[in-house]
Amino acid sequence: MLQDKDRIFTNLYGTQSWDLAGAKSRGDWDGTKGLIEKGQDWIINEIKESGLRGRGGAGFPTGMKWSFMPKEPPGGKPSYLVINADESEPGTCKDREIMRHDPHKLVEGALLAGFAMRAVAAYIYIRGEYVFEAQRLNDAIDQAYEDGLLGKNACGSGFDFDVYVHRGAGAYICGEETALIESLEGKKGQPRLKPPFPANVFVLVCATTVNNVESIAVVPTILRRSASWFSSFGRPNNTGTKLFCVSGHVNKPCNVEESMSIPLRELIDKHCGGVRGGWDNLLAVIPGGSSVPLIPKSICDNVLMDFDALKEVQSGLGTAAVIVMDKSTDIVKAISRISYFYKHESCGQCTPCREGTGWMWRVMERMASGEAEPEEIDTLLEVTKQVEGHTICALGDAAAWPIQGLFRHFRHEVEARIERRIDANKIAAE
Amino acid sequence: MSDASFDDFTFNETYEPLAQKHIAKYPDGRQQSAVMPLLDLAQRQIGEETATQGWLPVPVIEYIAERLGMPYIRVYEVATFYTMYNLVPVGKYHIQLCGTTPCMLRGSDDVMKACNDFGIHKGKTTEDGLFTLTEVECLGACCNAPMVQINDDYVEDLTYDSMTSVLEALKAGGPIPVGPQNGRKVSEPLGGPQTLTEFV
Repeated sequence: MLQDKDRIFTNLYGTQSWDLAGAKSRGDWDGTKGLIEKGQDWIINEIKESGLRGRGGAGFPTGMKWSFMPKEPPGGKPSYLVINADESEPGTCKDREIMRHDPHKLVEGALLAGFAMRAVAAYIYIRGEYVFEAQRLNDAIDQAYEDGLLGKNACGSGFDFDVYVHRGAGAYICGEETALIESLEGKKGQPRLKPPFPANVFVLVCATTVNNVESIAVVPTILRRSASWFSSFGRPNNTGTKLFCVSGHVNKPCNVEESMSIPLRELIDKHCGGVRGGWDNLLAVIPGGSSVPLIPKSICDNVLMDFDALKEVQSGLGTAAVIVMDKSTDIVKAISRISYFYKHESCGQCTPCREGTGWMWRVMERMASGEAEPEEIDTLLEVTKQVEGHTICALGDAAAWPIQGLFRHFRHEVEARIERRIDANKIAAE
Repeated sequence: MSDASFDDFTFNETYEPLAQKHIAKYPDGRQQSAVMPLLDLAQRQIGEETATQGWLPVPVIEYIAERLGMPYIRVYEVATFYTMYNLVPVGKYHIQLCGTTPCMLRGSDDVMKACNDFGIHKGKTTEDGLFTLTEVECLGACCNAPMVQINDDYVEDLTYDSMTSVLEALKAGGPIPVGPQNGRKVSEPLGGPQTLTEFV
């Protein structure tokens, strides 16, 4: 188990003060000027060496992403850092804890990351429903300005940097980076085609990098404690510590920071009081937020919680939001509710997603009630394949994968349900 | 209340400085970026004026379009795209009940039933104008499921009984009981943190 001395988010549960004095007592804003003086290349290299992979779901190497930003802004136009705090992936509630209990980690990270990519300002795009968290973040930013940590000559480094908060207004799709940028520009949050990628495309007429809250908030600690310290946790290519959000049928749902590659069972047993009714009462787990396919108990027994291990079992680490389902769960209904979520959140831009998510949900409801015909299972799976990979953004994929995961492991359950309904109809007819 | 009664809408002395502050956050020539915060401010001001959670009548959307030099349709598009902008009036308490899978697994149906038994129904405002109930998608508090958002506040770790108590308290004119309703502080394990114990 990860030791407390190696935890980055030491105020995860808000047991101490969130404010500047509290943050400084936990080591934040300590020698920030010195870190800046080591230069852009040093910072980007440390983040590369640490093996940090983006914490928002896709797991793209953070240092590499930063290195895509132009060293000389094209046309002399400024670059921007955008921080994705639009936490909306069902199961995920980690960034909220960072922003309400440890906001200075994020603000300091924004300054260091912004400096490394030669940006002039950071915009933190926070989901609109997090009213309290946005206020907390604004308060922390105000404190940093007052203390000379942000603004002109931030931390006395000679570097000028501003941080702003932009609140969303209730659209899951704005967590997709190009939709987020559209929304930040005052439009509907509909994703753009890539390429061009944000590092080259112009947001607010400028080059932009979008990073998740957790990816940015761990940066100051990595730079202080070294890349090798961070990479000493987890397996190669899956390094560092990570916030896990465990929800659903465990005795004690909670957020917890653990080492990457921790066995799923250990995570649930040690931190969450075990599965409700014991490990043998486990049915399945969605290991990385609603978009990733579920894994049945037989896989949960031994799987490690990291990018590569979960990919090997045809699922994913995603946001590390672990949704646990015990044997009392109507698994078909649970996945159908996820289908409804994607139907609701589709932005309506691409036909396969706009039409497909609604169609898939309606068929999933019939699967859950057993009203579907047996041959419709294959039709449904065929449609998921036609939605997947045929849309501008990954929402179409995210709507398809949970259904594919369900039938990969629980097809027998759906078939049995349909059979029971057919049998009951026969008896009624006789 | 008809749209026409908002024909002369402008930001009042509380909201005008906030609007200007938001507009100043974006680079010159990119003031359109302030459309979301301005719609939010307008909804809040109307909420205060009507003792509800506010909504966005057409003349108000037109006013914001004019303020930001945008065509009306572009602002209307934004107002209709995002779920947090109310296009029809809501009650004094807007209950947004999360029904997505993590909340569903932990009993959001019971919370919905508590609302229904209290006379509050999905998509409706009660006749006394006190409560509007909306079922929403994941609100990002899954470790504290099931939960609802009431106005700006999260009310978490609910059961049928605790949701009923919350509604009774609000009906009696009490404040919103913010946060977990089962005795824990935030999203630590129930019974107290098992990690970070030296930081308590």
